[in-house]
Amino acid sequence: MAKVAVFTETQGDNVKSVTLEILGKLAGQEVDVISIGEVSASGLAELAKYGAGNVHVLKGDGLDQYSPEGYANALKDFIGNGGYDYVFAGSTSIGKDLLPRLSSMFGAGMASEVTNFTMDGGSFAGTRPLFAGKCLAKVEVTGPKPHFVTVRPNALGLPESPTAGAGSKNDVSASAGQIRAAIKEIIKGASEKLDLTEANIIVSGGRAMKNAENFKILEEMADVIGATVGASRAAVDSGFAPHAMQVGQTGKTVAPSLYIACGISGAIQHLAGMRTSKVIVAINTDPDAPIFTKADYGIVGDLFQIVPIMTEEFKKLLG
Amino acid sequence: MNIFVCVKQVPDTETKVTPNGDGSYIETSSIKWIMNPYDEFAVEQALLHKAANAGSTVTVVRVGGTKDTEALRTALAMGADEAILVEASDNLDSYMTAKAIKGAIEKSGKTPDLILTGKQAIDDDCLQVPQILAQMMELPSVSVVVGFEGTGSNLTLKREVEGGALEVYTTSGPVVVACNKGLNTPRYASLPGIMKAKKKPLTTHSLADVGVSADDQRIKYSNFQLPPEKPPGKKFDATDEGNQSSIVSEVVGLLRTEAKVI
Repeated sequence: MAKVAVFTETQGDNVKSVTLEILGKLAGQEVDVISIGEVSASGLAELAKYGAGNVHVLKGDGLDQYSPEGYANALKDFIGNGGYDYVFAGSTSIGKDLLPRLSSMFGAGMASEVTNFTMDGGSFAGTRPLFAGKCLAKVEVTGPKPHFVTVRPNALGLPESPTAGAGSKNDVSASAGQIRAAIKEIIKGASEKLDLTEANIIVSGGRAMKNAENFKILEEMADVIGATVGASRAAVDSGFAPHAMQVGQTGKTVAPSLYIACGISGAIQHLAGMRTSKVIVAINTDPDAPIFTKADYGIVGDLFQIVPIMTEEFKKLLG
Repeated sequence: MNIFVCVKQVPDTETKVTPNGDGSYIETSSIKWIMNPYDEFAVEQALLHKAANAGSTVTVVRVGGTKDTEALRTALAMGADEAILVEASDNLDSYMTAKAIKGAIEKSGKTPDLILTGKQAIDDDCLQVPQILAQMMELPSVSVVVGFEGTGSNLTLKREVEGGALEVYTTSGPVVVACNKGLNTPRYASLPGIMKAKKKPLTTHSLADVGVSADDQRIKYSNFQLPPEKPPGKKFDATDEGNQSSIVSEVVGLLRTEAKVI
């Protein structure tokens, strides 16, 4: 059995669901959760339900908002004293930025963005996509411990019958130390919706959207089914959508339960970024478009006719 | 200012990836190599910052194989002043890569004022080297940068996070900046630039020269394989306006009853 720390992030009263996915997969290990900043009572209950033993809440000067140095300094001291074999985190904006710095403070290795893993005999072995998902490989960490791992949100899924833990909260006084690159301001994104990498449903538009204005019909569908809107590289390069919306090898790699591709032909670099979606719907006028080879449900037709009808059908089903 | 840019050479985005015989990596014999697309934004930002800060030099550093040196030649042709190559395999892990870059920068004798990288390499997709390098060199870092303003070492950097929100960082000393698409528009190498590049200094080191040994390996890969193919899906012809409603209704129904995702 390994001793594992899972770094969690909170959103209001909730802990990010990737933390719960990781906890579920770590059943059978000795697992603590570490948060920087307060965890609500409901968040604590969720963590306990999915197997957290101790929940260490780190607070101190300079830790009110994220900074790579401040968070890494605070976690280094705590983790270094904790005798952990592994440190896990979600592959989120913070997880991706923080864990490499933290791991190198220990001279330790890190496996990035695994989509599955095992802990046989308390020893980690993961699977991760490379080349934006064009291939998969087994990944193992060697060298000094603790070993660090980030996990792609939505990839593991939540366990159906989780093993509960004690969920004992422990307040820890921590220090951010010296911060040379600090956030002075946060500019909100245009969308209040979940990020593409965390979204459960994605509606994506390609070159056939013709212009930025037409993305409105995708937004309308997305609002009905609780989806986030994405775009292909062709649509982004044509100026129809910002890069933050790009799905593919030079954009975001996504794994939602449902991906609806509208007017996307399916270039190899786009397919790489979305092929692990659980269910794929493709709408395209070209019956030979490569996207249809990956689609569970393909509709050959004009997206400007099909999308509004589909939005109405979703309304009927969900309304 | 001493500006360093780290570049990686990766298979072109249109590459069809095939695992090699023993599954230890991919087939690389017929690959077209390009500069990692995110590194182009780093090179461009280095050249823009050099132009705005008189007396600056841009040194480009690459760790990787020597079968092709497209990435370094491109960076020099775009306008970088000199190049350092650390000869190694193209799939060194992030820790070894960062340590090799650190060793190469130290060997250059120049103290870096700014180190630019791409936000990630599109081959192993690890997003680790900029942060590890920063920590090893005891520097701050800002990643996924889409906004870069300021003169000298006084910078305002915008980092893109979930939902397209931006964290605005200020820094006032040496820093590692990992660049994202959208930061700038990388220039094309001009013909005179390509000719000049041939005369620019290129220093080559071995891994041992920069203090990296097999003991620095932290990640072991095996069993490279193609992702499982999906069974063929259902395809509907809705080009005839008369049957569009019934087909869409059927597909939406299947999403609930068969796929169970709605």
